[in-house]
Amino acid sequence: MADPQIPVTVLTGFLGAGKTTLLNRVLTENHGKKYAVIVNEFGEIGIDNDLVVGADEEVFEMNNGCICCTVRGDLIRILGGLMKRKDKFDGILVETTGLADPSPVAQTFFTDDDIKKKTKLDAIVTVVDAKHVEQRLADTETADDQIAFADVILLNKTDLVSPDELKRVEKRLRTLNPFATIHHTQRGNIALDQILDRGAFDLQRALALNPDFLKDEHHDHHHHDHGHGHDHHDHHHDDHTDAALTHDEDIKSLSVATDKPLDPVKFDTWINDVLMNIGQSILRTKGILNMVRTDQRYVFQAVHMVSEGGFAGPWPSKDNRRSRLVFIGRDLDQEMLKRGFESCIA
Amino acid sequence: MADLPLQTWTFDAFVVGIALSGNGKTFAVGLGDGTARLIDVDAPAPTPITLHKGACLSLCADVDDDAFLSGGDDGQVVRLSASGETETIATLKNKWIDHVTAHAGAGVRAYASGKDVYVLDKKHKDTPRHLPHPTSVGGLAINPKGKRIAVTHYNGVSLWWLASQDSKPQLLEWKGSHLQALWSPDGNYVITAMQENALHGWRLSDAQHMRMQGYGAKVRSMSFMRKGAWLATGGADTVICWPFTGGGPMGKAPAEFGNGAIGAGAGTAVTAVAANPKRDLMAAGFENGAVIIGQPDAPRAVSIVEADTSPVTSIVWNAAGDRMLTGNEAGKVVLADFRG
Repeated sequence: MADPQIPVTVLTGFLGAGKTTLLNRVLTENHGKKYAVIVNEFGEIGIDNDLVVGADEEVFEMNNGCICCTVRGDLIRILGGLMKRKDKFDGILVETTGLADPSPVAQTFFTDDDIKKKTKLDAIVTVVDAKHVEQRLADTETADDQIAFADVILLNKTDLVSPDELKRVEKRLRTLNPFATIHHTQRGNIALDQILDRGAFDLQRALALNPDFLKDEHHDHHHHDHGHGHDHHDHHHDDHTDAALTHDEDIKSLSVATDKPLDPVKFDTWINDVLMNIGQSILRTKGILNMVRTDQRYVFQAVHMVSEGGFAGPWPSKDNRRSRLVFIGRDLDQEMLKRGFESCIA
Repeated sequence: MADLPLQTWTFDAFVVGIALSGNGKTFAVGLGDGTARLIDVDAPAPTPITLHKGACLSLCADVDDDAFLSGGDDGQVVRLSASGETETIATLKNKWIDHVTAHAGAGVRAYASGKDVYVLDKKHKDTPRHLPHPTSVGGLAINPKGKRIAVTHYNGVSLWWLASQDSKPQLLEWKGSHLQALWSPDGNYVITAMQENALHGWRLSDAQHMRMQGYGAKVRSMSFMRKGAWLATGGADTVICWPFTGGGPMGKAPAEFGNGAIGAGAGTAVTAVAANPKRDLMAAGFENGAVIIGQPDAPRAVSIVEADTSPVTSIVWNAAGDRMLTGNEAGKVVLADFRG
């Protein structure tokens, strides 16, 4: 009970995107920390001090079949085993196969009590191959999921694309995920503190690390996916991507916002109702909310139906207390969510 | 508080499991640093032995009455004799040995790694018989007669006959992830603790299902009272005891004890239970480190070990039922002596 929770980083990305290179860096760089790495295959990874464990990616449904209670059974087993070791780790990395939907991995950390007590999901890091990601997005649904789920995206192999291509790809990623931090990298060259120990699921730290993550003006460019045509300036130089816009069109991010204070009880009832009813279609939700009768910011986040919310420090300015909630998901009904959100106004 | 002689040691590593040797003379404590401690029941002074490079993951009494079997995350199954000799009896490279179990009467050892179970017996002395399963194995249990082994996994339990070479087990199905397995002392029931906060059970005579639910936490430990009348379980802030007389617990309410027992476990979940082998007494350890003893039909319970901060992982009685060894996640091991 007294032990601090060990941070767990989930590393996703398609085969060839550069996950292994990045893992090797974490394992070989002289950072003075000790990691356990859970991989799918023992491959080219060279390890000295750290522990590498093979996993099976076994997914199963808890509570008789609710998809949002789908978890990774093998991960529960392995993490349970790691927690028995005497020499505890500074962190744990979980690599997923390129084809894996990240939801069961993430949900594992919110569903199992023992794991909740001893570890904490730190961030989902997705490695994206700048050269091939558009094709992946056209080919598969998993690539969309991996990008939409990410807290940190490494847009890797940027040396293989032109500046224009890079811009286009990044914009594409933003339409799928407005709140991830995107880093441009080549051969996974990123300072490791940019991917490890991020606290992306920590309500307090999520704000400290990325205070702008929900500011309207910060993400103007993603407006184009929650209206059909009211945002045009994003499209006029975008004609080359249209061919690739086949598969992922159904994953969208959309946001709802208001300057009026919300009623916490109404909000709680509404958001629970939304997540219960369409949580299967909502991959992630994040929000900072202005609740009536308090100077504290209320921070909310969810992975599918699993949600948490709490107060996380005072608003920086008295006058600027805009509530904003961002959803990433499939087939989201903007009107319905907007109406529901506005019904929470105190 | 009973005025009991207690002996306490701290081994600075997670107590993974405690076992009593078949002859009842020695306790072994398996630890998360890959070592074990041998503790003579009558002359308790722990001897440290190194078993594994990583952590010990599972420990049981071996088929010989003066030895133990340990599985580790170094992929080794190690036999540990009561005199402290170790011998590696199986190795799986790059794998973990998640569970070990043995039946002395039948001379059978079994160990599990991921989805696979391996059985060593008279017919399979060096090359084990391989029992494959579709998903990760959550637990192993050989029945009291030593003829069948229950293997839990997702969506049910596989029952294999140990003597036959059948390539397929009898499958008892129930949706969900099944972890620890337990046979009733008469061998008529198989009970599993599930990933959900629930137990599931089957009456083998007619494959009747039993669902035992309402727990606030995962059930990490189950133990039948010595004659099998009650199944005591963790997973709640009292010891939940299901009646197994007169056809099983179906449709009956469980009894409980240890409710706020002397402030000991109050408010935290029971994490370990162990029936006394000679008396109708049940020991229970809590998430906060407290250990009590009590009875299902008597609300009073007696505090044995006071709470600290670390969950109790294991409780084992000696054969006479007059000494009890408990261990917790922080490595605190306490021997309670009831002979006085």
